[in-house]
Amino acid sequence: MARAPRRPVFLPPAGYRQRRLRDAARLLPVAGIVLLLIPLLWKPSGTPQGVGNAAALLYVFGVWAALVAGARLLAWLLRLDAEEEGGEGPP
Amino acid sequence: MARRVLLIEDEPNIIEALSFILTRDGWTVHTHADGLTAAARVKAGSPEVVVLDAMLPGRSGFDILRDLRADPATAQVPVLMLTARGQEKDRELALRLGATEFMTKPFANAEVVAEVRRLAGG
Amino acid sequence: MILTFNTLVAVSLGYVAMLFAVAFAADRRARAGRGGWLRSPLIYTLSLSIYCTAWTFYGAVGYAARSGLEYLTIYLGPSLVMVGWWWVVRKLVRIGRAQRITSIADLVSSRFGKSVPIGALVTLIAVAGVTPYIALQLQSISLTFAAFTEGLEGGRADVDFVALWTAIGLAVFTILFGTRNLDPSERHHGIVMAVAVEAVVKLFALLAVGVFVVWGLGGGVGGILDRIDRAPIPMWQGNGGRWVGLTFLSAAAFLTLPRMFHVLVVENDDDRHLAVASWAFPLYVLLMSLFVVPIAVVGLDRLPEGSNPDLFVLALPISEGHGGLALLAFLGGFSSATSMVIVATIALATMVSNHIVAPLWLSTRRPDQVSRDLRGTILLARRASVGGVLSLGYVYFQITGSGVALSSIGLIAFAGVAQILPALLGGVFWRGGTAKGAGAGLAIGATVWAWTLFLPSFGLAVIPATVLENGPYGLDWLRPRALFGLAGLDPLLHAVIWSLLLNATAFTLVSLLTFPKPLERLQGAQFVNVFERAQPGRAWSRSGAEVEDLLVLAQRVLGTEAALDLFGAEAGRQGKSGHLPDPTPAFLQRLERELAGSVGAAAAHALVGQLVQGPGVSVEDLMAVAGETAQILEYSARLEQKSAEQERTARALREANDKLTQLARQKDAFLSRISHELRTPMTAIRSFSSLLAEDGLSPLEAQRFARIVEAEAQRMTRLLDDLLDLSVLRDGQVSLKRQHGLLADVIDRALLSAGVARAGLRVLRDPGQEAVAISTDLDRLAQVFINLASNAAKYCDADRPELRISVHRRGGQVIVDFADNGSGIPVPEREVIFESFARLSGRRSGRPEPSGAGLGLAICREVMARLGGSIAYLPGQGGAAFRVAFPQGLAAAAE
Repeated sequence: MARAPRRPVFLPPAGYRQRRLRDAARLLPVAGIVLLLIPLLWKPSGTPQGVGNAAALLYVFGVWAALVAGARLLAWLLRLDAEEEGGEGPP
Repeated sequence: MARRVLLIEDEPNIIEALSFILTRDGWTVHTHADGLTAAARVKAGSPEVVVLDAMLPGRSGFDILRDLRADPATAQVPVLMLTARGQEKDRELALRLGATEFMTKPFANAEVVAEVRRLAGG
Repeated sequence: MILTFNTLVAVSLGYVAMLFAVAFAADRRARAGRGGWLRSPLIYTLSLSIYCTAWTFYGAVGYAARSGLEYLTIYLGPSLVMVGWWWVVRKLVRIGRAQRITSIADLVSSRFGKSVPIGALVTLIAVAGVTPYIALQLQSISLTFAAFTEGLEGGRADVDFVALWTAIGLAVFTILFGTRNLDPSERHHGIVMAVAVEAVVKLFALLAVGVFVVWGLGGGVGGILDRIDRAPIPMWQGNGGRWVGLTFLSAAAFLTLPRMFHVLVVENDDDRHLAVASWAFPLYVLLMSLFVVPIAVVGLDRLPEGSNPDLFVLALPISEGHGGLALLAFLGGFSSATSMVIVATIALATMVSNHIVAPLWLSTRRPDQVSRDLRGTILLARRASVGGVLSLGYVYFQITGSGVALSSIGLIAFAGVAQILPALLGGVFWRGGTAKGAGAGLAIGATVWAWTLFLPSFGLAVIPATVLENGPYGLDWLRPRALFGLAGLDPLLHAVIWSLLLNATAFTLVSLLTFPKPLERLQGAQFVNVFERAQPGRAWSRSGAEVEDLLVLAQRVLGTEAALDLFGAEAGRQGKSGHLPDPTPAFLQRLERELAGSVGAAAAHALVGQLVQGPGVSVEDLMAVAGETAQILEYSARLEQKSAEQERTARALREANDKLTQLARQKDAFLSRISHELRTPMTAIRSFSSLLAEDGLSPLEAQRFARIVEAEAQRMTRLLDDLLDLSVLRDGQVSLKRQHGLLADVIDRALLSAGVARAGLRVLRDPGQEAVAISTDLDRLAQVFINLASNAAKYCDADRPELRISVHRRGGQVIVDFADNGSGIPVPEREVIFESFARLSGRRSGRPEPSGAGLGLAICREVMARLGGSIAYLPGQGGAAFRVAFPQGLAAAAE
C-alpha cells in the first residue's frame, strides 16, 4: 500500500515505471503548448519572408496529429487499474 | 340498601355471567373494563367488594392491586382476584400484593357468590 | 433530385423521428439492464463531440475564410485539455462521481460549502452565456433552410417560422427524453445515444463534403495545397494575441460550458473511458477541422463574389449540382445544431431547477411541511426550464437578427462561461478558496463580461454609441471597449483579459482575507484530496433525526422503492434487520449524497438539515479532519474499518442473543397465553351452562345464554385450529398446493372473505398492477391477504379508513403492499407483532368482541416463509403498512 505509515524511499521497478508514465502524461500537453506557440515567431503569410499558407497549415495539423498519437500511446501504456493503488504520491 | 360490588373485567361474556349471578344474589353490580382507570374507579365508587381480573387492557390486574393497596383510601377494600392463567406463581404474587382471595377461571358460580359474600361480611 | 421546401421538411422530420427511435430504444435497453455497450468509451467520446456545434459545421469555414488559421484555436484548446486529462479532467470526473455532482453549478456550489447563492450565481452566468449560443444554433438551422430553398420551387423559407418550429420540436424532444424522471445519477442513456448517432452523422457529412471538394473539385492533395498557397486569405495573420487568447478561452469553455460539463463529468461512469477519449476526442475534432480550409479556398474560388462563407459547406454541393451531397451536408449541420441544443438545455434546466427553483421553493416552507411532493415539483420545474431556456434562445435570435457572423456569437458565449473557471480550478486545486471569494470573483467577472462583451452584442439599442465612445455619464475609464483606458485592443481579447483578470484577482484576494465556514473547509478538503484513499469527511456530527422522518423525505425525493432500498441496504450494513437503520453520521452523509444526485448538493443539504437538528459540523469536528497527516489518515481509516466490522459482528450477535432470550421467555409466555386463551371462553361456557342447568330462567334468557355458550365454543375451536395450523406450518409438514391464477383474483377473494366492505373500509387498488399471473399456493396466499385486510378493517382508526393495495414486480418477486391510513403501529411494538399472541397493548378500547387470539400475523409469517417469500412491516407510509413479497412461481423444491 503506497500510503503505509512508512513509505519506502525507492519504489520497485513496476511502480517506478508507472510513475514515469504518469509524468509523461502530464508533460504531453505542455509539449503541445510549446509547439503551438511556435507560430508566434512566424512573419504573417503573404508578406516577404512570411510563412507559406500550406506550410503553416501542415505544421499545425502535424503537431496536432502527433499529440493524438502520443496520447494514444500513453493511454495504452498507462494501465488505469494500477491507479487505484498509487493515489497522488510524490514521484 | 343493596350492597355494591365492582367488577373489573374486559371479557364481555364473563362480565355478563358474573353480573347475572351476583345481581341474582342481591348485589348491585358495577362494571369497569379499562385497566388504566380502574384504581380511580374503585376510589370513587367505594364498593364493598372488588372482583379484579388479572389481565386487562392498559394495566394488569396485579399493578392495579398494588395501586389499591398503596392508597390508604382503598388499602382495606376486599379484593377477589380472578385469573385465567392459573399458575401457582400467579397465586403467590396476588396474595403477596395483598389480594384478599384468589380464584382461577373457569370458576363455579356458587363459589364466586360465596366468596364475595364472605369478603363483604369479613 | 428535386429539392423543395417540403422535401427538406420531410427529410428533417424523418431524421428527427429516427433520433426519437434511437433514444427510445437506448432508454429501454438501459432500463432492461442490457445497456452495457451503451456505455462504451466510443459512445462517451462521440457524446463529447457536442462540442462541435453548427458553429463548427458551418461557421468554421466562414471563420477560416476571414481569419485563416485562427479558426483552429477553437479546437486546439479542447484538444490540449483532453490530451492533458491527467491534470484537470480526471480530477473533475472523480469528484463528480464521489460527490454525486449534477451540473457545473452543483460542483462549484458544493465545493464552497453547498452554498445556495453560489449555485444560483453560476446558474445565472450559464444561462446568460449559453442563450446566445442556442440562438446561434436556431439561426444556423433557419439560415440553411433559407439557403437551400432560395430560388427553388416553393419559394424561400421563412427564417422566423423555421426557427420557431425548430425550437418547439427540440423542446418536445428534450422534455421527453431528458426530464422523463428524476434519475439519481442524472444520466440519460437515450439522449447520449442519440447524440452519439448525430456525432457520426455530422462527421460523415463534413468528411463527405471535404472529400468531394478535395478530390472532386480541387485536384487531389497536391492540387489543393497549391490552391491554398495561392489563396487570397493569408493563413497566418500575425495576431499572436488572439492565437494564444482564443486557444486559452476555448480550453476554458470546454471545461465550463454546462453541456460539456454534463457529458464530460455527469454522464461519465468510468474513468477508463477518459483514457480513450484523451486521444479519440482530439482525433475527432482534427477530422472535423481537416477539410475546413480546402472548402473555404475552393468556395472563394468557385462561388460568386459576396456569397456568405458561413454557408460554403452547403453552397458548394448545391452550386455543383450534387443535391444528395447537399442534403447530407444539411443533415450534418442539423445534427450539430440539434444535439448541442438538446444537451445544453438539459444541463441548464437541471441547474435552474436545482439551484434556483428548489431553494426558493424550500425557503417558502417551514421544516415540518417539507414538500408533499418535492419530486413532482422538481420535475415540473425542469420541464418549465427547458421551455424557458429555449424561449430565451429564440428571443435572443429575434433581437440580434441574423446578421452577425456565427463565430462571434460563439465566442461571446465562451467568454461568459469562462468566468466560472477561476472558481472551478481554484475550488479543486486550492483548499484556501472560500465561498465569499468565489462569489466575489464570479460576480465581478460576470459583470465585466456583460459590460464589455455581452450587452454590446445586442447592438446600439442597449449600449448607445455615446457610451461606447465616451463611457457612461462621461466616465472615460468605463468605456466598454477600453476599460481603464486600455484602448486599441481587439474587443474580445479586451473583454476576456479584463474579466478573467479581475475575476481571478477578486477570488484570490477575498479568499485570502476571509475565513471559511467549517462545512466549506470540509468540502474543500474532500474536493482537493479526492484521490486520497480515506475520506474522513462528515457533514453531520451527531443527529437528533428520527429515521422514519428521513425515510419519508427520501421517498418524496427518490421515490418509494429507491428510498426503501437505500434504507434497507444501510440497515443491513449496520447489521440490523428491517428498513430503519440508525441515523449515524456516515449514513446521513450517504443519504444526503443520494438526494444531491436528484436535487443538487445545496438543496439536499438544506433538506437533511431541516430534519437533523443541531449543528451540522463544528470546529471541533474539523480539528480531527484538518491538519491530518497521511499516516494518521491511513491508520485511523484502517482502525475505523476494523472497528466498524467488529461493531457489525457484535451487533448481529447481540441481536441474535436478544432474540434467543426473548424466545425462551416467549416459550413460557406462550404456554401461559394458551392457558389464558383457552380458559377465557371456558369460563363463560362453564358459568352459563351451569346457569342453564338451573330452573327459573326465562326462555329469553335461556336462549341468550345458550347462544353465548355456542359462540364461545366456536371461539375455542378457532383458536385450536389456529394453533394447529401454526404448529404444522412451523414443523414444515404442511403440503402446499401449487395453483395457477391471477393475483387480482386472489386479492378479490381475500377482500370478500375479510368482510372489508361491511367494516366501511375503502379499498384503493390498481387493476393494471394486479394483472400478474402467479403460480403458488393461492389459498395460503389468500389466507395472508385476509389477515392483513381484516386487521386493517379492525384496527385502522382513521375517520375515513382506507386501505391501499399496491403491487409491483422486481426480478422474479411479486411485492404486494397493504397500507392503511390509520395511526400505524408504534416503533417498539413493530418488533413483536409477528410473534404469537401479540395483541397490542394499546388495543383500541370500545371493541370488546372476542376477536382473534393474536396468532394471525404469526401464521402469516410462517405461510410466507413456506411460500419462499416474506412479510414485513413497512415504515414511513403514513399508517400501518405491510409488505408481502413472494416468488412469482413457487420453486418446485418447496412443494
